[in-house]
Amino acid sequence: MPALPLDEAGKYVAGAYVVFLTLVVVYVAILGAKIARIEREVSALVAEEDET
Amino acid sequence: MYSKGFVPLAIATVVTLATAMGLVFFYAPLDADQGFVQKIFYVHVPMAIVSLCGFVAGGVMAIKHLRSGDSSWDMRSYVAIHISIILGVGVLATGAIWAKASWGHWWVWDEPVLVSFLVVVLLYCVYYPLRFSIEDRERQARYSSVFAIAAGAFVPLNFAAVRMAEAYTHPRVLSQTGGSMPGEMRLTFLISLLAMALLFVTLWKLELTSKHASMQLKRLKRKLAEREVVTT
Amino acid sequence: MIAAAGAILRKDLRLELRTKESVPAMTLFTLTVYVLFHFGLDRDSLDGELAAGVLWVTLLLAAVIGVSRLFAAEREQGGIDALLLAPVDRTSLFLAKGAALFLFLVAVEVVAVPAFGLLLLGPGLGGALPELLLILALGDIGIAAVGALVAALAAETRARELIAPLLLLPLLVPVLIACAQATEPFLRPDQGPEDLGRWLTLLTLYDVVFVLLSVAVFDYLLED
Repeated sequence: MPALPLDEAGKYVAGAYVVFLTLVVVYVAILGAKIARIEREVSALVAEEDET
Repeated sequence: MYSKGFVPLAIATVVTLATAMGLVFFYAPLDADQGFVQKIFYVHVPMAIVSLCGFVAGGVMAIKHLRSGDSSWDMRSYVAIHISIILGVGVLATGAIWAKASWGHWWVWDEPVLVSFLVVVLLYCVYYPLRFSIEDRERQARYSSVFAIAAGAFVPLNFAAVRMAEAYTHPRVLSQTGGSMPGEMRLTFLISLLAMALLFVTLWKLELTSKHASMQLKRLKRKLAEREVVTT
Repeated sequence: MIAAAGAILRKDLRLELRTKESVPAMTLFTLTVYVLFHFGLDRDSLDGELAAGVLWVTLLLAAVIGVSRLFAAEREQGGIDALLLAPVDRTSLFLAKGAALFLFLVAVEVVAVPAFGLLLLGPGLGGALPELLLILALGDIGIAAVGALVAALAAETRARELIAPLLLLPLLVPVLIACAQATEPFLRPDQGPEDLGRWLTLLTLYDVVFVLLSVAVFDYLLED
């Protein structure tokens, strides 16, 4: 197949890079949520310990 | 313990990634046959290479786990495989986009990298049900390591077999790794590959740190609960 | 170690001869699948690539059945605990189970391959029998080694009937590729070996890797 014209090809290339970036960002976001939960639980524990 | 040297690593990753993107879009020449679409190659192939290496590395870490009995190796192996699967899905997605742009179909059987990855991802998807259907934690880790080793040995064999099969029916058209690449393309490709590898290691360390912290927290909570029971 | 493996193997073979559970089922399955292919493909006779593919896919699917039954006897009668308490190392167990699966596959093929020639194959089988036997043997070794490993891996999980096929079939893709490609020239009307060497090399490499790997790793399975 002959090469696509630049404007059409651009959409596909952009799509590919968007897929890549989305995977990375979603992964980091999920990890961020996990870390946030750890932080919350640590704070809760510290609060408990401060009471007793 | 996993976060040693993390910040410089992350900085290196961001810098390399930005450099790679810059090279891809402002430096690398346009491919004579495929035109602008060929730019997908700079994200698709590094993802494939890093993912395959990640699977093999997961197998090696699993060997270390079995031989030492140290469960931290199991965690390292699990995270390496986990990230490699995500990258593998990315390989399939970007490969499909490339196929559609180059051939008009969302899937082609001509491309050995794409086909190998379909088999590999299908195999590694079973890692999760296998792992999480075994309740005993020590046994879970052991069996997962056996799988990681077998699957890690399988990956290169599968790649070779699929390459050999495709070479018969279809000449390799889409991949351009090595061989007749002009210097600017090769440099761009190598930087992109380095960026992807650094990204893998960064994410791997990140997830390991998170998992480790979560485990330590669980232990701490248990200890505190035990202490309360004793003192009340 | 060989003696122990031999003992376990003999027990398994005797059990199979008595209960006739795996081999007849696997054989019947292959014949049924041939019928399915006839109707599914709407073809009276196959040759070349299509024939090689149908033959090998059918054999692989039959192997899946054999694999899920491989440790069934031990599981159902609690025999596996006795086996593990005895001073038998896991390698013997792997050799025995692998050899059993290999022999089951051979027994199935004794019927299934001629039946294929009868039911679905256009050109005759006779011409290239020694080469075909070699391909079958090397393929069966690979299937048996990986099959025994997967059977042990899946043995302890709750969803073992689901996990075993899902693990086994992708792992056997290189075997399928090599065997189908190697067999294909012999199933064409104009028979003649083509690049048999390279496919046999791939098969041998696969077999060596997975037999050695399984031997090394089996000790870590089926413990406690």
